[in-house]
Amino acid sequence: MGKTFAEKVLARKSGLDAVVPGQIVTVRPDHLLTHDNTSAIVAKVAQDLKTYGLVSQSLPVIAIDHVVPAVDEKTAAGHAAIRRFVQEYGVEHFFDVGEGVCHQLMVEKGLALPGMLVLGSDSHTCTYGAVNAFATGIDRTEAAVLLLTGETWLRVPETIKVILEGAFPHGVMGKDLILRIIGEVGADGANYKAVEFHGDLAGLSMDDRLTVANMGIEMGAKLAAFPVDASTEAYLAAHAPGAIYAPVWADADAAYIHGLRFNLSTLEPVVAKPHAVDNVAPVREVAGLPVQQAFLGTCTNGRLSDLQAAASILKGRRIAPGVRLLVIPASRSIFQGAMADGTLAALVEAGAMVGPPGCGPCLGAHQGLLAPGERCISSSNRNFQGRMGSKDAEVFLGSPLTVAASAMTGVLTDPREVMK
Amino acid sequence: MTVGTLEGRAWLFGDHVDTDVIIPVRYCTTSNREELGPHAMSGLDPEFASKIAPGDFIVAGHNFGCGSSRENAPLALQGAGVGAVVAISFGRIFYRNAINVGLPFFESPEAVSCCGPGDLLQVRMEEGLLRNVTRGLALALAKYPPQVAEIIEAGGLEAYVRRRLTGRGS
Repeated sequence: MGKTFAEKVLARKSGLDAVVPGQIVTVRPDHLLTHDNTSAIVAKVAQDLKTYGLVSQSLPVIAIDHVVPAVDEKTAAGHAAIRRFVQEYGVEHFFDVGEGVCHQLMVEKGLALPGMLVLGSDSHTCTYGAVNAFATGIDRTEAAVLLLTGETWLRVPETIKVILEGAFPHGVMGKDLILRIIGEVGADGANYKAVEFHGDLAGLSMDDRLTVANMGIEMGAKLAAFPVDASTEAYLAAHAPGAIYAPVWADADAAYIHGLRFNLSTLEPVVAKPHAVDNVAPVREVAGLPVQQAFLGTCTNGRLSDLQAAASILKGRRIAPGVRLLVIPASRSIFQGAMADGTLAALVEAGAMVGPPGCGPCLGAHQGLLAPGERCISSSNRNFQGRMGSKDAEVFLGSPLTVAASAMTGVLTDPREVMK
Repeated sequence: MTVGTLEGRAWLFGDHVDTDVIIPVRYCTTSNREELGPHAMSGLDPEFASKIAPGDFIVAGHNFGCGSSRENAPLALQGAGVGAVVAISFGRIFYRNAINVGLPFFESPEAVSCCGPGDLLQVRMEEGLLRNVTRGLALALAKYPPQVAEIIEAGGLEAYVRRRLTGRGS
């Protein structure tokens, strides 16, 4: 019997010949990602770190991204504690305020590579499945002990096989695909499980794959992985030049618990309606609902191609009166790219506000929260009740094109209606 | 954490109770259980923490604790006095969080449909049973995997690892 991607990586990382679903294995991850929560994580084991030391200076990757720049004194003190930890223990991979969202930095800086096992104290760690890494979220206590021991336990997951075919029609993006999949699978349909993407992937850009893998957790998935192909290799050549990596992929006769097939050419722009990510409907079914805020950014859809897609609609046009359009590039290098090619100028001229690279209002900490009764169209990943401000506000999730189209008209709008 | 007997009244919730409603992010500026406790479940019921008695159970449907990895969620429940969470299934990071911070949790496909608000529930760890005293029912609970049981027995991951590190040093 062949093996799945997850079974192969976990066998390799646990030093076993073979593993089977349900088995619990002890693994040593290649990287441990932590963000603003690093201060709380380190505080748990501060004394133990003094006694036993940091297990490895290259294991942790730390990015301050969730509440940047600091919104208050307490946040600032947390950031300062992280900087002290980084300096005291010689952490090799540290990205301070302004560099970008941790998940974007992991791939952009070439830290997540094919065949790696990456654990992170953030649920969207699954993003790096796009570059063939076994990447999954853990909790803070676990992250704390990983700093000391370098190892933890994982349950070998069963795997769902998703076969993709065809190419996106005009106006449809990776976000529409993953929302459609989540709508079908359900918010817990992949709970404790791995998801593999197979089939004709040539039409799916790396940015689209990152969006798709990023939202694996929204159907409960432990990981969401793609194989390495020519697109992956080109991406890695640009972002991790000279890196040595060992891709892993499932055998043709691997065993799956479930299979799904999607033809990209049959998709249309969709949204997730309040207050659940699996509450998915075509944009045309909710078109016309007024929006007061439109948010473009995050680890899901804050990449250069996302900003460019929005600018393709908004260039030379104005957003509707009474709409606030927030644009937050996912990293400094994306910010620079969008400045260099005129994307940011087009968005700002259309009426957008641009924020510093980071998570922005996605998690509801700052930078654009919603008042009771307001509605936001957002390119982010969660529309849970109260997540982005008032619990009496509504968040609809959609693609960057849908965000831009809706910002322009002031009502939820199928982007195909306004695309040039 | 889960030795002896747990007993409390049932508070019922539905499917997909996410960590943003268990503890909204505006309260996540602390990891202190006592500070988080008054805000537990406030995204769904702002009065929850003031209504429950220490040891009471949360009984829920599918995917309890889905969403963000925030550890403040199980800590807030502990701070509010929640004695245990029983659900059909848990979000996978919440599941790990609960083990590692020592919040008793049990998977039961039947509990939520065999339980009314305020029912008196009891778990005797050595029995592996959830008893609904009010209704005279007993439900089998799923066993923890052995490695997980070891962490639970040690009282959470920090205690478990310190025991190992101390052993390594000697």
